[in-house]
Amino acid sequence: MPKKKPFIHPYIPNSVPHVQREMLTAIGVESIDDLYEDIPPELRFQGEMKLPPPFLSEQDLKRHVMSLLQKNISCEEYACFLGGGSAYHYVPAIVDEIVHRSEFLTAYAGEPYEDKGRFQALFEYQSLMGELLDFDVVNVPTYDWSQAASTAIRMAGRITKRPKVVLAGPIAPDRLAVIRNYCQPVMEVALSGYDPTTGLLALEELQSQLSSDVAAVYFENPSYFGTIDHRGQEIADLAHAQGALCVVGVDPLSLGLLKPPSQYGADIACGDIQPLGNHMYFGGALGGFIATRDEEKFVMEYPSRLFGISRTAVEGEWGFGDVAYSRTSFDKREKGKEFVGTAAALYGIAAAVFLSLLGPQGLKELSQHILQKAQFTAQKLAEIPGVKICFSAPHFKEFVVDFKETGKTVAEINQALLRQKIFGGKDLSGEFPELSGCALFCVTEMITLEQIKKLRQALSEIVG
Amino acid sequence: MADQKKFSRLRNFHQAKWDEEIIFELSQEGERGILIPEVEPEIKETVGDGLAVIPPQMIREEKPNLPEVAQMRVLKHFLRLSQENLGADLNIDIGQGTCTMKYNPKINEVLVSSPKALALHPHQDESTVQGALEIFYKMDLFFREISGLDRFTFQCSAGSHAIMTMASIIRKYHQERGEGDQRDEIITTIFSHPSDAAAAAVKGFKIKTIYHDETGLPDLESLFQALSPRTAGLIITNPEDTGIFNPQVAKFTQAVHEVGGLCGYDQANANGILGITRAREAGFDLCFFNLHKTFGTPHGCGGPAGAALGVVKKLEPYLPVPLVDYDGEKYYFNYDLPQTIGKVRSFHGPFSVILKAYAWIMSMGAEGLKEVARVAVLNNNYILSKIAKIKGAKSPFPAGKHRIEQVRYTWEDLCRETGVSTFDIALRMADFGFHLWSSHHPFIVPEPFTIEPTESYAKRELDEYLEALEFIAEEARRDPEKVKTAPHRSVVHRIDQSPYDDPQKWAITWRAYLKKQK
Repeated sequence: MPKKKPFIHPYIPNSVPHVQREMLTAIGVESIDDLYEDIPPELRFQGEMKLPPPFLSEQDLKRHVMSLLQKNISCEEYACFLGGGSAYHYVPAIVDEIVHRSEFLTAYAGEPYEDKGRFQALFEYQSLMGELLDFDVVNVPTYDWSQAASTAIRMAGRITKRPKVVLAGPIAPDRLAVIRNYCQPVMEVALSGYDPTTGLLALEELQSQLSSDVAAVYFENPSYFGTIDHRGQEIADLAHAQGALCVVGVDPLSLGLLKPPSQYGADIACGDIQPLGNHMYFGGALGGFIATRDEEKFVMEYPSRLFGISRTAVEGEWGFGDVAYSRTSFDKREKGKEFVGTAAALYGIAAAVFLSLLGPQGLKELSQHILQKAQFTAQKLAEIPGVKICFSAPHFKEFVVDFKETGKTVAEINQALLRQKIFGGKDLSGEFPELSGCALFCVTEMITLEQIKKLRQALSEIVG
Repeated sequence: MADQKKFSRLRNFHQAKWDEEIIFELSQEGERGILIPEVEPEIKETVGDGLAVIPPQMIREEKPNLPEVAQMRVLKHFLRLSQENLGADLNIDIGQGTCTMKYNPKINEVLVSSPKALALHPHQDESTVQGALEIFYKMDLFFREISGLDRFTFQCSAGSHAIMTMASIIRKYHQERGEGDQRDEIITTIFSHPSDAAAAAVKGFKIKTIYHDETGLPDLESLFQALSPRTAGLIITNPEDTGIFNPQVAKFTQAVHEVGGLCGYDQANANGILGITRAREAGFDLCFFNLHKTFGTPHGCGGPAGAALGVVKKLEPYLPVPLVDYDGEKYYFNYDLPQTIGKVRSFHGPFSVILKAYAWIMSMGAEGLKEVARVAVLNNNYILSKIAKIKGAKSPFPAGKHRIEQVRYTWEDLCRETGVSTFDIALRMADFGFHLWSSHHPFIVPEPFTIEPTESYAKRELDEYLEALEFIAEEARRDPEKVKTAPHRSVVHRIDQSPYDDPQKWAITWRAYLKKQK
């Protein structure tokens, strides 16, 4: 039998046999197998993992993975009118440059000395988001908006010592499912509906659900349907009158133009930083923010890392570190607030670069650009016979289109649009039975006038 | 200068130190970092400025007080901050035990930079994301082999998130069997990650923590005492954060099963046992692996991360939706899971991380994964044999003569002798371009530090790191002040910790800092 060729892998320097021998001698054992002596035979895996043969050379690996990716069609190729929690936005080149830096990409959990850079970058992320949200406390990002909302609700439960949250108005089904699971069995989740005419949360229904056991009212503005509610203060006042907190989910890109929740009575704001310089990645690049006033009763309920600024022994140096670390599960295990761990820090750094680049004027212009384009698209679609825009309330980047009168299902329409290289709006039929035949469209700055016209033309032909 | 010869590998290192401003201090009114395109004239003619339809009370009166900084200065700012950070690509990152700081291949970054990965919307028609779905599907198959369990989801955002998800499944399982109220206790061990306790507690469980016996192993008698009809499940690591493999783990899972509980395996410490021992053989019902640890994806300063969460057949209907299935022609999302806990994250999971882990596994194969484990264990025991010879350091606990992928050590002797703490030594290590992390709280092992060399570093690099530890241990005796005032050649000097626990002084944003300075 020919002697087995040693397995030498470029990622494993000490796979070289003579190095292994030298190290085994230093340890004082004969073979690597001896090092596993504590694992009893009955626990040993006797078989072989049946994995495909590997691509040991980088160029073969690249060819293989690229051939898989080739089966995807990206939003660079087709016009994307999909939103609902992830949207196709422009990512400035400098954002990509920074997040690909080895120093950030491959760092983890060093001290604020040799890892001062990430502490400062994330402190700046918190600070920039604080300006956007007009709040003095923002967390190091958590997993996504759904987690941020869930934690905000649990925070409200602890602050008020009450067991129930009312989710008012339209909310993404994904997010609702996450909140339900995260709250169960500690908090009860009650739903309050929306007004079928305006698309805004139904105020009277909400009012009827408020009581002394409600910890928080949670609503989104703009909502899942894209609608902008002008009654934020009224809603917050209703919650406060019952001793409940007001928690508002918000698209941060809307805040160049729209009032942040803090300015209409919200106690906690939350949302996702994907639109702030993060590529979509099939819905995989998400990061949740939570923001509050700088009050001890709020700060002490955050589970997340909160980076604070300080000074050092040497004049002129900024230092950073963990604020109120003792609240976290890192310090207190199950006695800490919920739990903390690896989440979405690099997306936070991306958002910091993004907001630093845009500045106040850029953000305002981008909000406005999206607003104008979405309005224009909605108007153009409403011109098509049988196609209506649901809901009378104004909208930001998303809006609901009603195709019921066309006699075609959204699925049929979207299949036809696909043939014209358009990703049509998200079908709401399954999620909201009353909106059967309706789709949620999203328009960002990436959509061109030409694509809007093409969509209109295509829809006219499909439903005509 | 005998020392210098002895410590010939030590570098005359100094980290980049820019004393970089806070971004707000760079603001110059009127500067722009990037310009936003105006909408096309036809759009403007049709809808005007778009503001007319917005209720006046919802219009933001003052623009957000973001800094105004030209593009190159923004770039320079964040590049400088990056240089003030010590990524694993640059150091010999073995001092961050439990975190598996291995090489993150650059080719995988190239792969995920394809628009065919980054410009995919989660709601695209399935026919347009077949490549992405195939990766989810194949990863499921891979992890069945790696663990022996039957079905995997990739929706979880990270390890702690997977623990919360396991706890959710355990809760739902007992609920469906009518025992939801009764079974309200999760058992873990003190040398399992803090999140094994904390993330389970989020799901309303009371936590019972098993301590170790004098040998360092989790105490089986204590487990027996903790078990009762209230037991919902067990969530533990193995090897534990000490690097000691619990050879009695099957007795643990068996005992929990006998009282009707489920067993969840936190496989954050899997890097030394790939292909050697699996969740299946040890009797676990659920397990998860951290993609950003064992499977080669970068840690990104603390995320994005990812987890492969698997279960045995009877728990498959409880997994979060959707799973990815294949009908012989196409891959599709399967929402048909009757007892599903619902969702733990919007959409499908951290796709960029999943894609990189897929590429990493495909670069290794079965033989490669096993070689990863074997070399990780070799490296670890090599370090153990060397640290045992550093005066003042030792590895506590007699169990586990050899350790698996990491070791929790103690500087207790050195601290007693010199007054230098593990924290001081960690900061002195920064002067040589290294991280050294103490350990998770509580410090069961006094003055702890945890080393996990992984498979990624050459012997000569391990020697370099060891030399720094040895040098500092000697220095602690010779010149303890030098160690206690470290770092001297890092980015900043000793930080004033006093504001962080004082509500009057802490500042979590720049605006809060400015207010509190007044």
